[in-house]
Amino acid sequence: MSAILELEGVSRNFGGLKAIDNLSFVVNEREILGLIGPNGAGKSTLFNLINGVFPPDRGRIRFRGVDITGEPPYRIAKHGLARAHQIVQPLEQMTVLENCTVGACFGRESLSRARASEVAREAAVFVGLEDRLEVAAAHLNIAGKKRLELARSLAAQASLLLLDEVLAGLNPTEVDYMIGVIRRIRERGIAILMIEHLMQAIMSLSDRVVVLNSGQKLAEGAPAEVANNPLVIEAYLGDPELAKEFRGEAR
Amino acid sequence: MSGIVASIIDGLLVGSVYGLAAMGLTLIWGVMDVVNLTHGSMIVAGMFGLFLLTAGLNLPPYAALPIVLAGGFLAGLALYWIAVHRMIGRPPLMSLLSTFSINFVLIGLGTAVWGTVLFNVPVSVPGFTFGRYTFPGTHIVAAVLTALLALLLYFFLYRTRLGKAIRAVAGNRGAAELVGIPTTRVLSFAFALGASLACVSGMLIATLFPFTLLSGDVYQLKSFIVIVLGGLGNPTGALVGGLALGLLEGLLTPFMPVSWTAVIEFALFVVVLIACPTGIFALRRS
Amino acid sequence: MTDLASTHVAQRRDSVLRRPFFWVIGVAVIVFALAPWIGNDVELRESFMLATIYVILASNLNVMIGYAGYINFGSIVFFGLGGYICVYLMAVPQWPLAAAAPAAGVIVSALALPFGLGILRLRGAYFALATIGVNEAVQAFVTNFKPWGGASGMYLSTALFKPLGGPMQALWTIYFLLVAIMGLSLYLSWGIKISKFGLGLLAIGQNEDAASVMGVPTPLYKAMAYCATAFLPAMAGGLYFFKGAFIQPSDAFDLTFSTEAIAIVMLGGQGTIAGPAIGAFFYEQLRGWLLTSETFSNFQLVAAGALLLVIVLFLPGGLMGWLYQRWPRLSRWIE
Repeated sequence: MSAILELEGVSRNFGGLKAIDNLSFVVNEREILGLIGPNGAGKSTLFNLINGVFPPDRGRIRFRGVDITGEPPYRIAKHGLARAHQIVQPLEQMTVLENCTVGACFGRESLSRARASEVAREAAVFVGLEDRLEVAAAHLNIAGKKRLELARSLAAQASLLLLDEVLAGLNPTEVDYMIGVIRRIRERGIAILMIEHLMQAIMSLSDRVVVLNSGQKLAEGAPAEVANNPLVIEAYLGDPELAKEFRGEAR
Repeated sequence: MSGIVASIIDGLLVGSVYGLAAMGLTLIWGVMDVVNLTHGSMIVAGMFGLFLLTAGLNLPPYAALPIVLAGGFLAGLALYWIAVHRMIGRPPLMSLLSTFSINFVLIGLGTAVWGTVLFNVPVSVPGFTFGRYTFPGTHIVAAVLTALLALLLYFFLYRTRLGKAIRAVAGNRGAAELVGIPTTRVLSFAFALGASLACVSGMLIATLFPFTLLSGDVYQLKSFIVIVLGGLGNPTGALVGGLALGLLEGLLTPFMPVSWTAVIEFALFVVVLIACPTGIFALRRS
Repeated sequence: MTDLASTHVAQRRDSVLRRPFFWVIGVAVIVFALAPWIGNDVELRESFMLATIYVILASNLNVMIGYAGYINFGSIVFFGLGGYICVYLMAVPQWPLAAAAPAAGVIVSALALPFGLGILRLRGAYFALATIGVNEAVQAFVTNFKPWGGASGMYLSTALFKPLGGPMQALWTIYFLLVAIMGLSLYLSWGIKISKFGLGLLAIGQNEDAASVMGVPTPLYKAMAYCATAFLPAMAGGLYFFKGAFIQPSDAFDLTFSTEAIAIVMLGGQGTIAGPAIGAFFYEQLRGWLLTSETFSNFQLVAAGALLLVIVLFLPGGLMGWLYQRWPRLSRWIE
């Protein structure tokens, strides 16, 4: 499998704090890579580095072989990278369809507004928002807003999605639905790098898992391997419930 | 050579009063993320208040200070409840617009009633002569009073409960609320305090220069230049920024007509805003 | 973040000519042009002329405020600078109006680009302050600039009205030109709104960071909006000060004018096309009444301020926002 995203020696400091420390890993085409780690490990910071919110201090980031290090977010979107945020960022007073149209218009392909609208509609239907196309984003519930984040990223026709805790705050039914959507996204050939705290979801969805702790890569491999890795368990020992979950999954 | 030094010193004296004006503005911006565009009219209110008290009631000029301080405070409270309270938490642009519009109402009313004539408050204080140069007494008194007020403000913010509450709200309003601080009352007090500082600085400026009811704009802009130099939300920075602006004016006035200093100040303002929006002096803090 | 008066961002794929609003604008412009001319009503013409200027300023300003969410307090700088350039070009190298006015528009737009790129890196209140700073800096500069008459300004000789058929005829020509520019402003702001560019601007107005992540090239779009909306006000400024045959800094860069423009945009309904136009019309009538009324002649600023305050506090969607809430079908006809 070829790599769609490569991180090489990426580091980022904030004042004296090493938020990301010499991190290297690869996301392959068509794979789902799970990114886990205790709170404060630097996962969202890593997403910010990848999609250009701020540049790394050191290291390179490559997308399909092209160096995208330090490019601004709108250029990175054109390469084919889209992001669903942990704290949802809808365009509040635009409708679901309009939100997705923005994503489609300015995503990987530069579409006309009319054509973008069609792509947007497809994306919205794909995540199950077809009954709420004309609803203003501000009027959606949290589950709807999370779906909208996902739909917008899909509308951008990205080849790699960065999903930041898209399952957080959802009830079990919603979680199951979203897991289904994520699987269908992968079936379309789109690669996914996802941050998630819901262990059950991440272990069942991911092809591979990378564990981050204090900005460094702690472990990498298949979900089962990682779950049995003593270093990983130790990192999570701060939260014994989580460590139990891990070992439960490993069996 | 020493002419320049005298000009610089005088500039610093006047600049300290700019700093006082800016302190009120930066306090409000820092505590509640509100850009107070009624600042100019508060300055004018202080100027005009001095005029009314000295001309109408024959008060000695500096005795008016506590009255102007109190009056400014009350006016600030009124402004807060009319235009600002509903804007807390909304995007800063909304408070910008609401204070902007109230400012127009106030200036419009003022000029409708009293016109745009020049007012002058004669204040005679013996100057200080050093060699060939005499520093106007009013400038020295203004600087001294400014220093006193700045010290009082510092004492208030760092040594009293209410002052600490204000700083807490400025730091993190949510956390302050959780701790039980009555944020609305604190915000209204902080706004009123900022307004009263503006009024007092206006009063002091009126002892230095003549004014019209439209002069507020000029000094409001100077205040913005100062807080951009000194860093938003930082009263010490405001004072330092004011001195810096005064220094700049002192440096420039011997060499160019006053009208050109305005161009330089505004150009500097735009450039500093673009180059370091958090303020030149704020850079050192981070 | 802007408060959109209409949450309905035009999506239909009908050609522009099929949309009712296209014709509504056209008809309104024609009515505006013909109404004073038919009865040779000079007073009406003067009143309408002021209204057209307000519409031009407000509808261009609306693109920055209502779409992109950037409040330009000093937008009058385009008008004033355009006026100065046009008047200067006619007075000194003796260019005809037909060349001087468009040249003013082009030059001001071109200047707006570097300024815009600089100050558009700022957000919200910082940007608003910077626009005031730019206006004041330009005014201070022009006040000192001797070739442009400094603080006393420049006069135009009335001989310059001859190519237009003499003073009487010239005033009518200028009026029609201003009405044409008003029409262009309305079509421009509408055209932007229904275009991809406009969608990007609206996204920026809702959430600039999210828009950037979604691929909207925010610095470029903001700069384009800033420049594009400088062009027509600059030309209007050229025509306005040519008509008065006199220009001075305190008139050309009067912040009151841009304040009124902001009030009009908010009053009419930011983000809509009809909003600034209707708002301008009503405001101009109000202002005219205040000026002639014995008791209120000095209160026009108070009125503008009070109106703006009421809108900001209670009715952020303005007149059109209120109308769309009561009659949602209206948005099909009047956008």
